[in-house]
Formats: sequence, C-alpha cells, structure tokens
Amino acid sequence: MQTIKEKKPKKHNETSIRVSGAEAIIHCLLAEDVNLIYGYPGGAIMPVYDELYKFQDKLHHVLTRHEQGATHAAQGFARVTGKVGVAIATSGPGATNLVTGLADAQIDSTPMVCITGQVPRHLLGSDAFQETDIIGISTPVTKWNYQITRAAEIPEIMAKAFYIAKSGRPGPVLIDITKNAQFEEFDFSYSRCIGVRSYNPSPKPEIEKIKAAAELINNAKRPYIVFGHGVILGKAEKQLQTLVEKAGIPAAWTILGLSAMDTDHPLNVGMVGMHGNYGPNVLTNECDVLIAIGMRFDDRVTGNLETYAKQAKVIHFEIDPAEIDKNVKADVAILGNAQESLDLLLPLIKANKHDDWHNKFKKCYEEEYEAVIKNDLYPTKEGLTMGEVIKEINLASGNKAVIVSDVGQHQMIACRYAQFKQTKSNITSGGLGTMGFALPAAIGAKMGAMNREVVAIIGDGGFQMTIQELATIFQNKTPVKIVVLNNGHLGMVRQWQELFFESRYASTVMTNPDFVKIAEGYHIEAKKVEKREDLKATVQAMMASKEPFFLEVCVENEDNVFPMIPSGASVSDIRLK
Amino acid sequence: MEKKWFTISVYSENNVGLLNRISGIFLKRHINIESLNVSKSEIEHISKFTIVIKTTEDWTRKIVAQIEKQIEVIKAFYHTDEETIYQESALFKIASHLLFDEPQIQNIISESKSKIVTVSRDFFVLAKTGRRHEIDEMHDNLEAFGIMQFVRSGRIAVSKSEMPISSMINEFYQS
Repeated sequence: MQTIKEKKPKKHNETSIRVSGAEAIIHCLLAEDVNLIYGYPGGAIMPVYDELYKFQDKLHHVLTRHEQGATHAAQGFARVTGKVGVAIATSGPGATNLVTGLADAQIDSTPMVCITGQVPRHLLGSDAFQETDIIGISTPVTKWNYQITRAAEIPEIMAKAFYIAKSGRPGPVLIDITKNAQFEEFDFSYSRCIGVRSYNPSPKPEIEKIKAAAELINNAKRPYIVFGHGVILGKAEKQLQTLVEKAGIPAAWTILGLSAMDTDHPLNVGMVGMHGNYGPNVLTNECDVLIAIGMRFDDRVTGNLETYAKQAKVIHFEIDPAEIDKNVKADVAILGNAQESLDLLLPLIKANKHDDWHNKFKKCYEEEYEAVIKNDLYPTKEGLTMGEVIKEINLASGNKAVIVSDVGQHQMIACRYAQFKQTKSNITSGGLGTMGFALPAAIGAKMGAMNREVVAIIGDGGFQMTIQELATIFQNKTPVKIVVLNNGHLGMVRQWQELFFESRYASTVMTNPDFVKIAEGYHIEAKKVEKREDLKATVQAMMASKEPFFLEVCVENEDNVFPMIPSGASVSDIRLK
Repeated sequence: MEKKWFTISVYSENNVGLLNRISGIFLKRHINIESLNVSKSEIEHISKFTIVIKTTEDWTRKIVAQIEKQIEVIKAFYHTDEETIYQESALFKIASHLLFDEPQIQNIISESKSKIVTVSRDFFVLAKTGRRHEIDEMHDNLEAFGIMQFVRSGRIAVSKSEMPISSMINEFYQS
C-alpha cells in the first residue's frame, strides 16, 4: 500500500467509525460524491445490497436487467457528466457480464468504477459456487483492478480506484471484494487519494515543444486540426475554439470528439474516418501541418497508415505517452492535458486566415452534398432514410438533445448528421463498437442530465441485444426517447456483404418481432412510422413528451452509408458511392 | 526494421497481478518472452522485471510504453545487448560415476569455469554463470555423457547507462 500518497486528509473525515466492510463501501462512495449507481444483486454482494437498502435516501441504486446494462448505464452517466460512473455486481456470472462494458470504457477512456462481490477468502481457488477469477479476466480491459480480502483495505483501495479511474486518461477500474471482507468490522476513516507513486496521470507539457508547435502552425499554409475525445475529457473546448478561430484552421472531429465544437461553427468541417465527410478525409492528404488534439489515430480514422498524411508535419497533443508514435509518427509531440497544453500554445499563435484552404473543404462539401447528403436528408425515393430521421430529431430538439447511438449504419448516420451546440452531447461506443450499448447508456445519460432531452438512436439488431433495459426505463420512469431505425438487417455487415462479399447476406437478415407491442408491454408509449408524411409530427410528439417514448421508424432496407473508405484503403480513396 | 535482442527492465511496485498485466502486453502482440526474471531491485520495496525479447526496436519502444502505462509500473527501460552487462545461470545434474569413468568431464568443468555445488554418491551438480552461448556450449559438451537434469535461469542484466529510478521517486515525494 506504499503506493498511495495522501497529503491532506479531510478534517471532517479524520475520526473513525466502527462499521462493516459493506457499510464502508457505501461511505466510500458517498465520500466520492457518488449518489447514483447501477447494478444487479446476487449472493456474493448481498451484504453491500443490505447496506444500500439502509442508505437508499443518500445513494440511489438503479436495478438494470443485466449487468452489462449496468456498465453501459454507468458509462452513459460518466460521458454526459464527466464524473465517474459506478456499476456493481455479484461474483461469477455477475462479474463476467461486466466485461464488455469494461472493455468499452477502456478503449473509449471512460471513467468507471465497477465493484464485484467475490466468494469468501477461504474459498478462493476452490471453484466455489459463482467463483470466477474476475481479476484475471478483467486485467486486459481495466486501467487497474484489485481484489480486497480484508475489510481494512477498503478505504484506501476505493480511494485509489476513484483517483485512477478519473485522472489522466480516464478508464475503468474493477474492485473485487470477498464476502468475508464485506462482513468484517473495522475502524473506518476515509481520505481521498491524490497521488500514486508509480503513476503520473498528466505529464506537464514541455514549453520547447509548445514553441515548436506554434512555429509550425504559424508558418503553415494549409494547417488542419483533427480533434478527439481528449478535448472533452481535458475540458479544452474553449481553447480549441479559440485556436481554430485565431489561426483560421479548419477542424474536423473523430466520433468521440463530436460535440466538443459546435457542429454549425463555420470552421468545423466535419467528421474524419471510414464514414466521415469527404473533405476531412481527402484533404488529410493535402494539409501541410496536421494538428491532432486528444485523438489516437485509430485505424478507422486513418485508413492505410502508409498513405496517411505523409506530406504533412504532424503535431500531436496527447495525454497518454503510449499513444505517441504508436500509429502515426509525430514531428512534434506534446504530452499533457489538452487544456493545459492549448493554454500554453494560444499566446504564441498568430492571427491568421486560410481562406483558399478552407474553400477546398467547402468545395468538397458541395461535392459530397450532391452525391450523398442531399439524398440522405431530402430523399426523393419512396423509402425513408436514416438521415431524414436524424434531421427531424435535430429540428424537433433545436439541436439541443444528447444523442446516444448504438453501433452500425444508424450510428454513422447519427454521427454524420446530428447537430450539437453543447459539449458531451454525443455518446456512442466508438472504439469497441458494442452493439447494445445505446439503450442502457441512454438511461445513464438521462439520469446524468435530467434537464436535457436524451435520444437513443438504435438499429433493430443492437436494440435486441439489451432490449430488457426497457424494464429499467419503465421501473424508473426515465424519460428517454428511444428511436429504432428498423431496416430488417444487420445493416453495416449487410453493406459490407454487398460491397465486398458479392451480396451473400450471411445471417444479416432479421425477422423482427413487433417492437411497438414489446415497448407497450413495458408500458412505454410507442409509435411506428412507415411513411414520410408521418415522420415529422411523430418525432415532434416524441420530443414533446415528458415520458419515456419509443419510436420505430421503418427505413429503406438496403441503403448504404457513404462516403466510405474501404477497409485498408487510403483516406484519399474515399468513395462517394 | 531489423529484429534484435532487447532487454527490458521494469521497476514496479511489488503487487500481485502485475506480472499478469505485463505478460498480457506481450501476448496481445504475439511477442514471445524469451526470458523473464523477477527480483528485488536496488531500491527497497521496488521489484525489477528483466524481460528479454527478440523483435524490432519500434515494437520494443511501443511495448515499453504500454508497460509504463500500467499503474503499478514506475518506469521501464529497454537496452540492446551492447548496452547491458548480462548473465544467465544454469545447473547441470550429472551422474557421479561419470567423474571417474569419463575423465574428460573434469576438463569440461575446469575449462567452463563452472563450479561444483554439491556431490553425492549418485550425482553431482554443476553451476555455470555466463552468457547464453557459453552455457549452450557447456551443455553441448556434457550432453554426450548424459545430463540427468538441466535448468537455465532467465537473463539478469544491468545497464551501462543510468536508470534514474531513485531520483524519480524522490521527485514524487517532493511534489
């Protein structure tokens, strides 16, 4: 335990009280300002649930219908609030059901603490009922994990868990607690953790590197910014906008960076990546300075690395040293929190405009508009498009809603066309691509932002992966708006089958149930739209409702998402059709 | 890029589970750990992993960055063979009668600069410390006579340049 360095314990916490380990966990959560957790009870975590019952006026527990739902709800809460999301489960299957959510939070840098019960210490390693080595299982998908076997360890480990989850590049932490440690009594006192000897969460930006970056930016003819989640996590939205405006630099976003900058900002040129906008992709290979801020050059962003921005000097603002030169070699790498780094950079940046360069993006947009966007948003064919549904949601919400998307075609369309005026408004499973993410994540997002509209955009495939969370919505009367874009297929896989597997639709055709009846079975008001003339009014009615609302929109079955960079191709080779 | 031998030195807190975390980093990238040694280091309560891999420098650098990213790792370094002083140890268990039946064995013992650790009626044990090729050579020489048991340790290494761990730790306590 010598790893934890606590400097100034809070005075009011200095006196200790005699409590059980289970009660101590509740006190730890309260001390970390947690008042909402998601979970599912079971044998090995029952002592903690017993305490949750006693503390229900201070700590609200939301019973999801599956542990995976608890993790995604915690993620949705974390992403919309910037706080640590908390999920709790029992040992064995309860714990293994958390794995997808942990992996999702790990790859999308989401602060989350998961607490699992474990068999009593004396049964560890005996293959006891519901024993599983969740520490071993969760190691590759957690930022940190730890098994507590003695109650006295609880305060220090819980403090460390919260500190690690939220500091630096955030991520998930799993704490496994044996049942005996939950029963044991000890003298409890709590101090927040403020440092771990072996862990440097946020390196200080080097001023020499900042100067080098400023010089490159000031001398650039065709500078180009690509920003990601790090801007949101680092609270650097204002600094980003100032940089963009002062230096006149076109800026594009990764799907996790979306909403860090207003979508209607004139210098916001759109989305990079496989289904991103045309200009942001092809012009990556024409810029002379590429300024990457809080993004990690994921393969879905870069396409073929051999032909990615080879002509450009690359400046990489990044908090995680392991991301530097991992995929794209940086000419100038600035380690540190995005806000801190940009604050140091901004005074060195000269006011500038790059109108000719910016016009290239506009020209590309016009080309994309004619070839793709017009048909997506204002279709003339009979079938409904996913794009026009998103457009109607934008209109009905005044671009103010939190959009939670699942994974697949509808996700790409939602990210392409959703409009945002506020940060932390786009919640999606980016890195892991977890189908089933959106419905539970929307529950967490709504509970984290009760004053905002939260709209889940889900495909008919992903919806059925966590459909049972409709019960959570009903039981908690959580007024989320659920939009299922039903094309009767696993649309993205079907699109790939059409394009790359000669239309052999192997297991991508879905015979679906009556979703409206299912939603109504959960006592959620539900509507189905099959014709364009019904769309606008129904979306408006949904947005006007104060209750949970389910909307199924039957869209064209075999539409494809374009533009598209085929897997392994260059960003320059993005296809418009 | 050319594949070379690299020695990775990891200074860490002494925690259960860290070995699993570190080995997973290699597993995920299909890189075989050629040798692994865990011991205490020059600093109290701080462990040192010495890991040998054969791969490109680019991969080694990325792996070291991933290792350093683990919460309980204080610092990780990598060095080429030229940049380190390194040794391995081996034990050979050999039937005692061979000492008398095969006089050449005595020459092998003295030429290899190995030590006899123990002698009993049935067997004796030779200990050899040195470079891998020296141990391999000794193994080859003895093999013809029959080796009852053989074991070789992982590489242990110290770098020629400084690995400034103590100053990093002091910095933490001062900040």
